[in-house]
Amino acid sequence: MTHSSSDRPVESGSGSWKKQLDLPSERGASRLIMDELLDRLGEHGWPTSDIFSIHLAVEEAIVNAIVHGNKLAAAKKVRVECYVSPTIARIEITDEGEGFDPAQVPDCTQEDRLDVPSGRGVMLIHNFMTRVEYNAKGNRVLMEKTRGG
Amino acid sequence: MPQYRRIAVSTNGDVSVVSFNDKKILDEASIQELGAELFGIVEQQQSKSVLLNFANVEFLSSAALGKLITLDRKVKASQGRLKMCNIRPEIFEVFQITKLNKVFDIRKDEAEAIKAFS
Repeated sequence: MTHSSSDRPVESGSGSWKKQLDLPSERGASRLIMDELLDRLGEHGWPTSDIFSIHLAVEEAIVNAIVHGNKLAAAKKVRVECYVSPTIARIEITDEGEGFDPAQVPDCTQEDRLDVPSGRGVMLIHNFMTRVEYNAKGNRVLMEKTRGG
Repeated sequence: MPQYRRIAVSTNGDVSVVSFNDKKILDEASIQELGAELFGIVEQQQSKSVLLNFANVEFLSSAALGKLITLDRKVKASQGRLKMCNIRPEIFEVFQITKLNKVFDIRKDEAEAIKAFS
């Protein structure tokens, strides 16, 4: 598993951290960004419960992008852009797939879907982040967490 | 006794008590392996009462939830009982958001869960 040549770590030097990374469309690729993201959240003083929320949302979004968006196609990348300050964490994830309509994802909490083994990622992202926005095509998700929010 | 990599299994009376070796249950390959080991408890050992002790677990993804749901189905299909305990607040919140706390029998700790089997 190798990083793309367009990897572009950026240190802002103003009490915040930014990084952009292109992930390969391989299962487990989230680890290429996750450890550093979690470390930076810790360094910026984020509480454990918020770090858990961001970890879960980003993991689910990256898996969705790799598996459902890019359909594990080796030629396609998943771009992850992170911004972390002491009060805001913003992560934008873009895949090269056809996109999807989040409104069409079945509600996994309906009685007749409670025992369906998959389809919970999008709901978890919305519940654990403060703001979640998709682009019109549905291949990019912007997730924002306000500290303590 | 089968060899496990993702879990450790002990017995408490008639109950198979499962603890998890990984603090973070998120890697796809590990989750597949975890699922196979959990299902084996029901399918091969024919254990009717299974308790999952999450004391060691700090994080799990929705893919791991899928394995727990399938395990719950398998246990119920064999007229067995599945309970869970020692779930930390952040993970319990995941169960609440997805309403899986209504599907799963979740107890505070191992002692309370074992008592509930009898």
